[in-house]
Amino acid sequence: MWTSKTFLYKTKRGNILKIVREHYLRDDLLCGSGACKTCPHKDDEIVLMSQAESICALFDYPHYLVLDTNVVLHQIDVLEEDALTNVIILQTVLEEVKHQNTAIFQRLLEIIGNKRRKFYSFVNEHHKDTYVERNPGEKQNDRNDRAIRRAVAWYEAHLSINRVNIESPRVVLLTDDENNRKIAQDEGIICCSVKDYVENVNGFPGLVDKLSKNVIPENCSKDALYPAHLTPTQIHAGIRNGKLYQGIFHASRDNFLEGSVVVNAFEKSILLQGHIGINRAVDGDTVAIEIFPEEEWRKPSDIVLEDKSEDPGDLLEEETVLLKSTKTNSNDEVTPTGKVVGIIKRKWRQYCGILMPSRLPGATRHLFTPAEKRIPRVRIETRQSDVLASQRILVALDSWPRNSRYPLGHFVRALGPIGDKDAENEVILLEHDVPHARFSEAVLACLPPNDWTIPKEEINKRVDLRPICICSVDPPGCTDIDDALHARRIKGTTDDGLKKYEVGVHIADVTYFVRPNTALDKEAASRSTTVYLVDRRIDMVPDLLSSNLCSLRGGEERLAFSCVWEVDENANILSTKFHKSVIKSAAAMTYEEAQIAIDDESRKDEIASSLRVLNSLAKKLKRRRLDNGALLLASPEIRFQVDSETHDPVEVQAKKLMDTNSMVEEFMLLANISVAQRLAAEYPQCALLRRHPAPPPVNFVNFLKAARQQGFELDVSTNKSFSKSLDEAVIPGRPYFNTLLRIMATRCMQQAVYFSSGTCAQEDFYHYGLACPIYTHFTSPIRRYADVIVHRLLAACVGCDVTHASLLDNKAADALCDNLNYRHRQAQYAGRASVALNTHILFRNRVEIESAVVLAVKRNALQVLIPKYGLEGPLYLPSDKFTYNDEEHVQICGKVILKTFDELTVRLSLDSSNLQHRKLIFQLVKPYVPDFSYKVEDMDVEFVEESDLPQKIEKKRKGTEAKLSKKSKKK
Amino acid sequence: MPGPDLLSSQGLRLDGRRPNELRRIRCKMGVFTQPDGSAYLEQGNTKVLAAVYGPHQAAKSKSSTEGVVVNCQYSMATFSTGERKNRPRGDRKSQEMSLHLRQALTAAIKTELYPRSQIDVYVEVLQADGGAYCVCVNAATLALIDAGIPLRAYACACSASMAWHGGQPEPLVDVGHVEEAAGGVVLTVASLPSTENIALLEMSHRLHMDYFDVVLSRAMQGCRDIEVILDKAVREHLAEGWTKEDVVTI
Repeated sequence: MWTSKTFLYKTKRGNILKIVREHYLRDDLLCGSGACKTCPHKDDEIVLMSQAESICALFDYPHYLVLDTNVVLHQIDVLEEDALTNVIILQTVLEEVKHQNTAIFQRLLEIIGNKRRKFYSFVNEHHKDTYVERNPGEKQNDRNDRAIRRAVAWYEAHLSINRVNIESPRVVLLTDDENNRKIAQDEGIICCSVKDYVENVNGFPGLVDKLSKNVIPENCSKDALYPAHLTPTQIHAGIRNGKLYQGIFHASRDNFLEGSVVVNAFEKSILLQGHIGINRAVDGDTVAIEIFPEEEWRKPSDIVLEDKSEDPGDLLEEETVLLKSTKTNSNDEVTPTGKVVGIIKRKWRQYCGILMPSRLPGATRHLFTPAEKRIPRVRIETRQSDVLASQRILVALDSWPRNSRYPLGHFVRALGPIGDKDAENEVILLEHDVPHARFSEAVLACLPPNDWTIPKEEINKRVDLRPICICSVDPPGCTDIDDALHARRIKGTTDDGLKKYEVGVHIADVTYFVRPNTALDKEAASRSTTVYLVDRRIDMVPDLLSSNLCSLRGGEERLAFSCVWEVDENANILSTKFHKSVIKSAAAMTYEEAQIAIDDESRKDEIASSLRVLNSLAKKLKRRRLDNGALLLASPEIRFQVDSETHDPVEVQAKKLMDTNSMVEEFMLLANISVAQRLAAEYPQCALLRRHPAPPPVNFVNFLKAARQQGFELDVSTNKSFSKSLDEAVIPGRPYFNTLLRIMATRCMQQAVYFSSGTCAQEDFYHYGLACPIYTHFTSPIRRYADVIVHRLLAACVGCDVTHASLLDNKAADALCDNLNYRHRQAQYAGRASVALNTHILFRNRVEIESAVVLAVKRNALQVLIPKYGLEGPLYLPSDKFTYNDEEHVQICGKVILKTFDELTVRLSLDSSNLQHRKLIFQLVKPYVPDFSYKVEDMDVEFVEESDLPQKIEKKRKGTEAKLSKKSKKK
Repeated sequence: MPGPDLLSSQGLRLDGRRPNELRRIRCKMGVFTQPDGSAYLEQGNTKVLAAVYGPHQAAKSKSSTEGVVVNCQYSMATFSTGERKNRPRGDRKSQEMSLHLRQALTAAIKTELYPRSQIDVYVEVLQADGGAYCVCVNAATLALIDAGIPLRAYACACSASMAWHGGQPEPLVDVGHVEEAAGGVVLTVASLPSTENIALLEMSHRLHMDYFDVVLSRAMQGCRDIEVILDKAVREHLAEGWTKEDVVTI
């Protein structure tokens, strides 16, 4: 291993510091080519093929490609295609990429890691023949270019040593830097621009579309529509002397010409308006902004504005509509206003969407409309527009030059036909950043065999609970059964003469299979949670575990992690034990079956009696919890009944709640709390817990106002008083009112989050919603990664397992929590998006009249909720009919006054005019407002014969469209 | 413990070494004539001078009938780091280093041979680029040999840290300043490699037990590698010295 090394210094000049670093040059680095006979390659170290066939018409001899940094940075999508192979990635390039864009760096590593792609990373910086020292006065960039050229020249010479026949490959440098190309040509290096190369590639027709558009420098002012951005140094100086501010840009969902930036120095977020004000910022970018003088401050417009449907070319349209409408005289509502003067960091990702129909057939330049409304349209070039027009596609943003109205991008891949269930699901998953690829081979290799049974020695290590009658209660159709329960009378009484029971909660022992630091573990950690879409489940762990080996199915022996309490009759805990166990569930029941077993007096079997004990204890637990101030909140949850063949939803129903639901829930809460207490005591620094902060009072303002209109004063000072006043707010005859109140209360809440006990003060551990001082998640390790960690921590402290390093590492725990919270949130959003998608499918062919309630009153609309479907949406009110009262939040039209909590009747239909954003249209039926409300005719669509349904709907849709356009004119 | 990437995907460290490679070691013995023994040693960019006086009669207060008292003094030159600053002798850090040096050297020296006497070891760090303690121990060993003081074995010190490569823990031997500053754990071992004894063991951060053994064995391997180099240097020095001496006397 010891080779002689030449010693060289690499100096970097910082402020005044002189940093001297060693830099070792080696002679044992391999060239990685199969054509090379000089390097002592082992078989698995040869990456580049000796016969590298050329796919490019420009070079008809075998060759390897060397990429310049700019090629990797800008054309990563081309590289990700399976076309280019036998590529040499120099370390110089790798480091420059890493420095400039970590996301692209990761993608590049991915490609290099893929054996089939034959990308070889050559460490030219440490090779004795390819290292170049920076000349005095030479720029770093020029030096790197020189290093790249030197490496290419070396490769060419190195490979030519063995060039006995002409077959051995040449080396081609791909670079988009003209200067570099010129010098390279002078030095006799074969080189070419990416565009020229890719356009002459045979056999990969889609490759050209993926070419990223070249960036036009910011200072080029020809045909400029937008003001130039400041340079990084100017921004830096501006921020330092307080003239500029830095923040993250959030585009408005409703108005494409409006956005906001949250800046630390201001309480309100900074408003940005118009093309010039936003100046090419895209949602999520970190921008530098300049704040206008106070007299130019405005208030956010309340109007909804969408980008025009046709392509206006590179022109900025008039923005007077927007600006006029927002001039206001009341001073308290203006927000600080400013404009974007520079982009500090882009946060562009790939976006799902559709191509807009092009007017010219056969054109190559197209506009792309992203599914996310906050992202502007993107101009892309493609020659496959006929095929792609009916597809959902994925597009990456490249640049946004000053002379282009839209950002430029390129096509990445097609997801599937528009309206196709799988394609739409794919969109939901991509837009919510849900990792949903198949499990890799490495992950699957970690699984036990299909016919795995519990080994004898494992049973010996565990507490054997197989003789005990344990059963699980879950929703129907559940295949990943996490938890099972048992309860039995035990001998003796407490000192007070109360009966004693033993109650156990048994959780699937996922950590037995998912060992730390395996590929499986890493995949599960990155997924963090199972995502439930209406018709699909994206598992956190492979199916074999989630629905078989871990799932506590009835009648099968399974490994479990048990939490066993001794409790008295009044559900006071006398002792708690945690241990790993083997169980054999007597029955896997649904909530309904369990309820029947409890209610059926004639059943005296072990299961029924055990359930009865559990049920009565659960009621006591719940009572106590509510007395402590736990909030009973509601959310409109629905279940879709899915057609067995097409998997389209055919009907929805609200989820039914039974005693048994709450029975299971109570014991899960109890287990979670017990575990949390134990963990917090054992691991003061790194226990994974879950907290729910109390909502700040401002969240409640609108809610309280609305409740007051209905005659209720709610006390929100503590969760206890809040819970009490919620219980008392009942209107006889309106049973749904209280539920509605709870639904709205839910929306005032903060999100509960995972955290590591070392990062938070003890008093902040409080869980507001459950009113308990400490809480964690222990009971669903199959579908939540947080529970897996909790299992490991608990196992280590009860001596069933050993700790491992990352488990106890504070920083790792913190990073893990961030990911868990993020994934958890995204999974929820994805779930909701899936419900919305299915509701739309459900309403594709029908129109219904339903009762609704008003959730909120807005300036130009009511937010209404249909309890039957749990659907929510805006009911637009024209401003010439309705007047909006700011103070009271009511809409008035003649005698009709609409306020929050009012019950209405509305007509529901689907507007499919915009394929991307199908939306439900709500129309008012009752109370009746002349010329506005929808008149119910005797024969509505529901009763129409199947045969003429489509025509009818077509007619209806035209009707709604007409109405819509009327509405938008009024605005 | 993911930490920063100390290993590239090709398995090279930031300065181009492989995980099990030491920095380049160059040394010279007998650099001064005034002390009884002296040595200059550099490991990469860490450069140290060591001078040994003695054994001589111990001061009354220090003298011990058990064996020789090893008196160490560690100091850093003002210009030893990128930032020039005055470094007073005898500050806390130097005192601690002096004590640690003494522990390692006492283990190597056959102290029982010289009761009631004292050996003074002075080490001066001329340039610091990580692993100063290790270099000091190695330099002091050479100086002791130069002074002709009987040793049980070479006292060699080496540090090791840990990085991840392809999901596997990979210990790094002879940690440089950049790697030290990256925030990972640094395990410093002073040992007598030929006897497999450990004279001093120090760790900068917490490290999980799972990884301790691999890191320690890598550091021990480093010590053995250093011993080979030191041994070769000593033999070369002696050969050179003798021939010269021969020429002069004859």
